[in-house]
Amino acid sequence: MKGETVFDYAPAPENPDIARVKQHYQPFIDGEFTDGGGEPLKTLNPATGEVLAEVSTVSSSDVDNAVSAAREAFERVWSPMPGTERAKYVFRLARLIQERARELAVLESLDNGKPIKESRDTDIPTAAAHFFYHAGWADKLGYAGLGRDPKPLGVAGQVIPWNFPLLMLAWKIAPALATGNTVVLKPAETTPLTALVFAEICQQAELPPGVVNIVPGGGDVGQTLVSHPGVDKVAFTGSTEVGKQIQRQLAGSRTRLTLELGGKAANIVFDDAAIDQAIEGIVNGIFFNQGHVCCAGSRLLVQESVVDEVLTNLRARVETLRIGDPLDKNTDIGAINSAEQLAKIRELVASGEGEGASRWTSPCPVPERGFFFAPTVFSDVESSMRIAREEIFGPVLSVQTFRTLDEAVTMANTTPYGLSAGVWTEKGSRILWLTSRLRAGVVWANTFNRFDPAAPFGGYKESGFGREGGRSGLAAYLQGDDDD
Amino acid sequence: MPVVLADATRDESSLRRFLRGLPGVDQVGVEQRAAGLATRSVKQDAKRWAIDTAIGMVDLTTLEGADTAGSVRALCAKAVRPDPQRPDTPHVAAVCVYPDLAATAVEALAGTGVAVASVATAFPSGRSSRSVKLADTALAVDSGATEVDMVIDRGAFLEGRYGDVYDEIVAVKALCAAAQNTVHLKVILETGELATYDNVRRASWLALLAGGEVIKTSTGKISPAATLPVAHVMLQAVRDFHEVTGQPRGVKVAGGIRTTKDAIRYLVAVKEVAGERWLTPSLFRFGASSLLNDLLLQRRAKQDGHYSSPVYLPE
Amino acid sequence: MTERVGVAKTYKLYIGGKFPRSESGRSCPVTSHDGAFLANAAQASRKDLRDAVVAARGAFGGWSGATAYNRGQVLYRVAEVMEGRRQQFVAEVRDAEGLAVDSAESVVDTAIDRWVWYAGWTDKLAAVLGATNPVAGPYFSFTVPEPTGVVGVLAPQRSSLLGLVSVLAPVLATGCTAVVVSSAARPLPAITLAEVLATSDVPGGVVNVLTGQAAELGPWLASHADVNALDLTGADAEQRVELARAAAETVTRVLRLPEREPDWTTPPGIARLRAYLEDKTVWHPMGV
Repeated sequence: MKGETVFDYAPAPENPDIARVKQHYQPFIDGEFTDGGGEPLKTLNPATGEVLAEVSTVSSSDVDNAVSAAREAFERVWSPMPGTERAKYVFRLARLIQERARELAVLESLDNGKPIKESRDTDIPTAAAHFFYHAGWADKLGYAGLGRDPKPLGVAGQVIPWNFPLLMLAWKIAPALATGNTVVLKPAETTPLTALVFAEICQQAELPPGVVNIVPGGGDVGQTLVSHPGVDKVAFTGSTEVGKQIQRQLAGSRTRLTLELGGKAANIVFDDAAIDQAIEGIVNGIFFNQGHVCCAGSRLLVQESVVDEVLTNLRARVETLRIGDPLDKNTDIGAINSAEQLAKIRELVASGEGEGASRWTSPCPVPERGFFFAPTVFSDVESSMRIAREEIFGPVLSVQTFRTLDEAVTMANTTPYGLSAGVWTEKGSRILWLTSRLRAGVVWANTFNRFDPAAPFGGYKESGFGREGGRSGLAAYLQGDDDD
Repeated sequence: MPVVLADATRDESSLRRFLRGLPGVDQVGVEQRAAGLATRSVKQDAKRWAIDTAIGMVDLTTLEGADTAGSVRALCAKAVRPDPQRPDTPHVAAVCVYPDLAATAVEALAGTGVAVASVATAFPSGRSSRSVKLADTALAVDSGATEVDMVIDRGAFLEGRYGDVYDEIVAVKALCAAAQNTVHLKVILETGELATYDNVRRASWLALLAGGEVIKTSTGKISPAATLPVAHVMLQAVRDFHEVTGQPRGVKVAGGIRTTKDAIRYLVAVKEVAGERWLTPSLFRFGASSLLNDLLLQRRAKQDGHYSSPVYLPE
Repeated sequence: MTERVGVAKTYKLYIGGKFPRSESGRSCPVTSHDGAFLANAAQASRKDLRDAVVAARGAFGGWSGATAYNRGQVLYRVAEVMEGRRQQFVAEVRDAEGLAVDSAESVVDTAIDRWVWYAGWTDKLAAVLGATNPVAGPYFSFTVPEPTGVVGVLAPQRSSLLGLVSVLAPVLATGCTAVVVSSAARPLPAITLAEVLATSDVPGGVVNVLTGQAAELGPWLASHADVNALDLTGADAEQRVELARAAAETVTRVLRLPEREPDWTTPPGIARLRAYLEDKTVWHPMGV
């Protein structure tokens, strides 16, 4: 707490000029930046609430153009190109991201609100790694277990969320390109900027025009894109609600679909866990990226015999989290992405209090302007409460207790979601027993929030279907020998 | 001592049960946390404060076979006035020497506020008989040292003879307590030989239960010496110990800490793992020799506004 | 106008990240395809080979312990630096093999692309060649391919760059370290390649290049107890059999080679990658 501290770190702000923020950004279609026909949007810096830049958005005829450009590029240039040559383009993209890493990290934090420490150390390097990894597959697809000569699908229409803008773009574009598809991607309405700098990178890499198209806009643009008849494959990451709409819309069509939706992951802590690292894992699980993570460990299930110890240590640890200016290198928790999201978090937190859970919020100082929410832990939570069932997508943890293993498994699985889960115990057999019983696409044991392009990621049940990363992730973008 | 801890030290098997019952430490997790904290950026006034604080926490050390009365006296002069041209520079916490040179150091540092710490118990190996180790300790204490840095018997620890390790610390502590001055005991775990973080946690608790005022990472004579993750585990131990007993015990990191950047990373770890209360020389020390010069250079750089050179510092 | 006098390059061995002359002090004249003198290349002795194996073993822990991603990045960097030296390689391949300019350029381009191909394999091998094993019991069992160790390579005698890259890159991609005996008559591109490796973040000792005679060094390499696998491409048919027999003494893995040296321009499969990997199978119970 300020004033009482002996050792205060002093402000350590990154320089926003490094991001080279422009006043006006344009859609990227067929290798060119041109203004679109939609209403320009203003993207805000959520740490201040101020306008960062204006972005021209696309109209539906722009989307048509983008899809046509992608189709042309697919047929004439990209799919006839030998994999070895395609690989080298994708390697270039990886390298260019690495070269412009700092600029991209600062821009990401300005546009999204996440701490610079995270953009710099996680988002940007992992995005580069995705391109690097997938580049290597471009000329090795026959080894992926999908047939001797799997073929690309054509044009991929991709819609990504605001929580990891550049990283989500990498998860979508890298495998699509490596497998020989071309893309039209819509970044999220509140975080379009790094996608448009990525478009510059495509130019610097001399990527053939039309292979990558970036079409900024709102939900309506997303709608147009995913239902466009010229799109062979749709990839969507976002809310379960919108995912269901898309699935409904595409039902019965030949368009291939993968969805990566919400989650309400259980983070299960046993009495024999390595307690200090488990606390770190809990904190990382729900407070990394302000809790704006689909796979966040938002439900803490603690073995009853250790709940007091865990909660005491957890609160002490959470109190050391620094919330503030995303560009400050010492900030642990940045801004909530938008006023809308902040309102949703507040609403759900109010419901938690209303339904009788006990709320604890960190006494850390919170900036006066901008969209911020202090880390909050609810205990005495019942499974029936909204905060135990609904995805909050904010720095809010709900804590429940269990007594037996079966109870923990049942609680973890009793949810329509199934994206991820965490297990904390020093007993190896128990970890492996649990991993076979947890209905989640990703299980982290004695760790949390680990992502790697080589490790497939995706959900069970209403958290979506399809995987991104690894060998399995390629399947979404290819026709195997026996697919029709 | 709370009942639960008194029970733990009742006999060898109770002690073993207690130490084995401590929670494990996940290597990857603790190293990840240490690496994450190492990215803290400490600037401007905070950096000035950190540099001065670190200087005040240094145990300026010389532990060479070739040490002489002359070299010890020179070290003591530096300990009192690290940067004579900058009289506002704080003095260090202590000087650390071999027991047969402790008397020389005591004389040179009389009335200066810099303490004399002496190593003991067949430092650095700890390989000798109990009586030799106690005689070594007596030499240090009788010479007037107010701090004793003992080494634990790592062989006994790795064999699982926790009771023997404990008894030895208790015996050394008794000699310290019987001295005319107040003599504080630091217990060197030699973490580089303990192999796992689980062992570091166990050895930390063992030393704290036996009465060590400060637990210390290393002799500085082998590699690896102090590391950030090891410091994390030890800081967690003193914090947990304080939680249970209300007694604040200290941590000393020694060996391999050469730069101001390293030192500041340790201070960050102290603050965020144990707590701000531990940011004081009575509860945290750096055992170092070349670190002091780097701290002085960085201190000058902050004052002068340009990078400095070692030629301006004595010795 | 007086013609500028060029600065001729000295070609030395590449061992442990450094470029020493042979401890034997010997050298061998290297001529171009049409008999012109090019350089005196160091002629490696068995002691140089001994030192190279020590270096390769010393470097194995770090190289195999690096993440596959890191190895991939390093190998890609090698390709970047090779690309920068394209003209130099084209000239050396022309001198050595007598190819026309466009053929030489094609050879060099293929060599660079081949390196990129292998760079992209490092973090795919485990997924393609490893497995989780559905054993009939409450056990989690998985098989992970691990690098075998130090690989001794007798590089092709005729294909001085592309063939060399084709036999060397798979060793590195799998996480193994290499001791390579270059072509005896066409050794110069091997040393230029070594210079590329030395400036591409490849740790010292991961690759060691000895210019010299496969006939002389082969037996020492094949019988060396601290070499785990062998690629005997550069030995003639008769010598291969002798060397394989010598390797049997220490159960060294000997790569199966085709009867005829392949056309190195055709894309490789993964036989070489598989040859340098050992499968490690692990079991662990699954229970509460």
